[in-house]
Amino acid sequence: MKAALFDYERPDGLDGALALLSRDDLSVRPVAGSQSLGPMLNLRLVQPDLLVDVSRLPELTGIRRDGDHLVIGASVTHARLEDGDYPDVTGGALARVAAGIAYRPVRNRGTIGGSLAHADPAADWVSALTAMGASVVLAGPAGRRTVPMDGFILGVFETALQPGEVIAEVRVPAFSPAARWGYYKVCRKTGEFSHATGAVLLDPPRGVARAVIGAVSGPPLVIDDPAVFTDPARRDAVAADRLATSSIAGDPAAIRTHMVALARAIAQVNP
Amino acid sequence: MDTPPTAAGVGARVRRKEDERLLRGRGRFVGDIAMPGMLELAFVRSPVAHARIRGFEIPEEHRDAVFTWADMAAAGIRPIRAVSGLPGFKVSEQPALADGKVRFVGEPVAVCVAATRAEAEDIAAQIFVDVDELPVNTDMLEAVKPGAPKVHEHWADNVFLETNVGGSIADVAATAPIKVSRSIRTARQCMVPMEGKGVLAHWDRQAEQIVLTASTQLPHIVRAGLAECLGIEQGLVRVIAPDVGGGFGWKGLLQPEEVVAAWLAMKLDRPIRWTEDRREHLVAAANCREHHYEITAYADERGKLLGLEADAWVDAGSYSVYPFSACLEAAQVGSILPGPYDFQNYRCRTFSVATNKPPIVPYRGVARTGVCFAMEQMIDAVAEAVGREPWEVRAENLVPPEKMPFDNITKKHFDSGDYPESVRQAVAAIGLEGWRARQTQGEPDGRMIGVGFATYCEQAAHGTAVYHGWGIPMVPGHEQAQARVTPDGGLELRVGVQSHGQGMETTFAQVAHEVLGIPIAKIKLVHGDTGLTPYSTGTWGSRSMVMAGGAVATASRQIAERLRKIGAHLLQARVEDTVLRGGAVHAGAASVSIKEIAHTWYRAPQLLPADVDRGGLELTAGYKPKSDHGTFSYATHAVAVAVDPDLGTVEILDYVVVEDAGTMVNPMVVDGQICGGVAQGIGTALYERVPYDETGQPLSSTFADYLIPGFTEVPHVRIIHMVTPSPYTEFGVKGIGEGGAIAPPAALCNAINDALRPLGARVTSSPMTPDAILSAIAEAGR
Repeated sequence: MKAALFDYERPDGLDGALALLSRDDLSVRPVAGSQSLGPMLNLRLVQPDLLVDVSRLPELTGIRRDGDHLVIGASVTHARLEDGDYPDVTGGALARVAAGIAYRPVRNRGTIGGSLAHADPAADWVSALTAMGASVVLAGPAGRRTVPMDGFILGVFETALQPGEVIAEVRVPAFSPAARWGYYKVCRKTGEFSHATGAVLLDPPRGVARAVIGAVSGPPLVIDDPAVFTDPARRDAVAADRLATSSIAGDPAAIRTHMVALARAIAQVNP
Repeated sequence: MDTPPTAAGVGARVRRKEDERLLRGRGRFVGDIAMPGMLELAFVRSPVAHARIRGFEIPEEHRDAVFTWADMAAAGIRPIRAVSGLPGFKVSEQPALADGKVRFVGEPVAVCVAATRAEAEDIAAQIFVDVDELPVNTDMLEAVKPGAPKVHEHWADNVFLETNVGGSIADVAATAPIKVSRSIRTARQCMVPMEGKGVLAHWDRQAEQIVLTASTQLPHIVRAGLAECLGIEQGLVRVIAPDVGGGFGWKGLLQPEEVVAAWLAMKLDRPIRWTEDRREHLVAAANCREHHYEITAYADERGKLLGLEADAWVDAGSYSVYPFSACLEAAQVGSILPGPYDFQNYRCRTFSVATNKPPIVPYRGVARTGVCFAMEQMIDAVAEAVGREPWEVRAENLVPPEKMPFDNITKKHFDSGDYPESVRQAVAAIGLEGWRARQTQGEPDGRMIGVGFATYCEQAAHGTAVYHGWGIPMVPGHEQAQARVTPDGGLELRVGVQSHGQGMETTFAQVAHEVLGIPIAKIKLVHGDTGLTPYSTGTWGSRSMVMAGGAVATASRQIAERLRKIGAHLLQARVEDTVLRGGAVHAGAASVSIKEIAHTWYRAPQLLPADVDRGGLELTAGYKPKSDHGTFSYATHAVAVAVDPDLGTVEILDYVVVEDAGTMVNPMVVDGQICGGVAQGIGTALYERVPYDETGQPLSSTFADYLIPGFTEVPHVRIIHMVTPSPYTEFGVKGIGEGGAIAPPAALCNAINDALRPLGARVTSSPMTPDAILSAIAEAGR
């Protein structure tokens, strides 16, 4: 369980990193916290020629307020988001999600951008940021573009990232003071990947009533229907309907578990 | 005890001496040891569960770095043979690298040598093994049917051994008012010690020995087995266990990888190291716990057991491991299934079944965890049938204290204790009445409360009387310890057992301190090295404190006599007028310290008496308890759980252990053993399973798939000690190393079923996962 031979570069800035990532004579992978890529390297599931370490790029490690958004650098660690040392706009929701990711040693190294780029459907940020209505800013040889979370995660380990692109930033819209956040994931033990995730944001002043069912072997299922927050029968009907056409359609037990996860997330926002 | 307990003697809560290095990350494990010119190994392992090997494709440039069984056989290396003398046992031969046939996924088929492990893995990735796949046995109940594919072709069937215990219970079966039956299963597991297996082999040119530095529990046994495989005298082999990071049984055997490393070190005349990685462990060492029971209990209207009958199968995997063999586990089921209970009619048939899985290895508790899981479910089933509290039925069936010592239905000789009292104390400690009231009220979050109990007794430190009957490659006899007073009045102890987490460097020092009064800081334990210690079968079966601790006490007492003799001479007193106390020999008001006596023997011999013992202040003493049928510690575990009926998840709300270890040498070490065992038992109960697909592929190969409890899943365990000394051992100690891991699956199963009872649902197999619990609920709803 040792990685195959690879080269390693740690450029000083994003431009240098992008130049290395666009080399087409080599198989190149960006690496930040290495909490998913590391095991894959050691299991030899991936065998890149070159790893480009983006974990310390100054352009990717900041957190700032930009108008009505919080802008989080892609290489910001879960631990930093957990610790709350930034001008939060989510009433503690980001910190709460971060605190539930794996174990602290994983959070000390793992990054928000790395998690999104890896795109494991069971990952916390994949569901949570979708429910928050976040978007990601991608940097590549052709410049920058912004993609909403809803269009970024395309499938299991599949994203809108094009060759040579990295995630530069995550933009999270500010919650109103009246916003309520609900998040429930089904795990058998601390640190385990989620079996089913419910993530919901109810923010009436902004007209947001978004429910997300995650960990479904595909992109998170987004439900924009305010009635699911108030009507349990409606909630179950809509969820069952969406799950019936999802990748877990053939697994009644899994469908039920996902419905429970959603119901419990919604229960958190209903006083 | 001759002397009252001192601050560091028997019974003292002394902090572990070894923790200074272990907790600071300064231990020295196989992986920490490197030698000049060392090469590392990577094994090519079978990708399929059952196949004939047609050949290997090895790139020409790596020809000199890759070896197969053909190379080893040509050098005269012999397969591992672990034979049992029990009648009907079928012998398997396990070549260190597969010989023309593979029998489980992960079996070593070739080995690659390089300067680093990564480079060795680079080579291994280029080796192609050409195989003809064969039909596979993945399930023990299928493997015993006629026509099942044979794991070993020359056998008549896939059964290593069938045993039959007890007689007909037809009379009871025909007349008993209560009859309950269950199908019960435990899953195949891995032991996952924190440190994986590791071995560093080198040829010591000066000593003219092959030196195997290995993470082993049994250095002397590995030495014997290795010499047999290499075809050399044992004098040419030295086995050293450095710091070892947990064993639990996985390090209690001669491993094929050890044979390969030793052979290559001799062949290449280079140090050779292999360290097991976690993936290798989870695949090739998925080797324990898999039992199946078809079991029926008979009782009267009050729940008094009248009889028990069972057929039990153990999935023993593909080969018989050295030295414990493929049949220890199943044969043990037959002899210990009656547990701590007193009843008169018993029949049990057991099968050690060969399948295409890794060879079964005894894991902490050995068969007891499965046996307790089965038996304790039956006690609860009987209680349910007669409409009584399970703890009452349990307490009434246990061997009562007035019958101790007691020979049970299978001739197990229970030494001492009050088994029913452990149940009563557990009922009080868990607060059963409060939980019953809460069950009646219901939970605001919809979860369901359950309380479960499980009682067991643990035979430990089995000696010659037990083991000679198995006819396996080792039989424990008199355990020996060597004691040597140093010239400055310290003490060196040498024992053949091996400490891999048990804290023996502290507890054996406490034993010697109890006798001699030498401060434990000045007592040094040497262990785990065949070159430096007396022969021992090693650390297994919760035996070390009873056996080696007893030997240390015996050796210390003999040293005390020699000290008194010299001391009496120096004090000009008669030997019979002296006492050894507080580290000095006293005669009336006069005294001379052990340090002064040691100085006299070593550095001022002109002062010695003419009739001094010429053995000096160094000796080896042997020890066996008065009865070596084993000590019987016991415990009742009580657990309260909340089951989420929507998700099938289980939260442990409280966990109580009421246990009797006899005299405790160090209660903190006992508590540590219990807590660690309970953690592993919770793993067995709720999390751990290696699933196999129909082709025999294990479906878990990382910790993402194979779940073990972490610190957030293990509750605070409340431990209550009862202390009934064993009448047979030094100080009255009993072995307790495994007990913690025995009862949790049974207690948790009973608690979960107590919670599910209003739904009419029941689980009978481990692990009790959310899927299993939800299935049971769905089944009950149909």
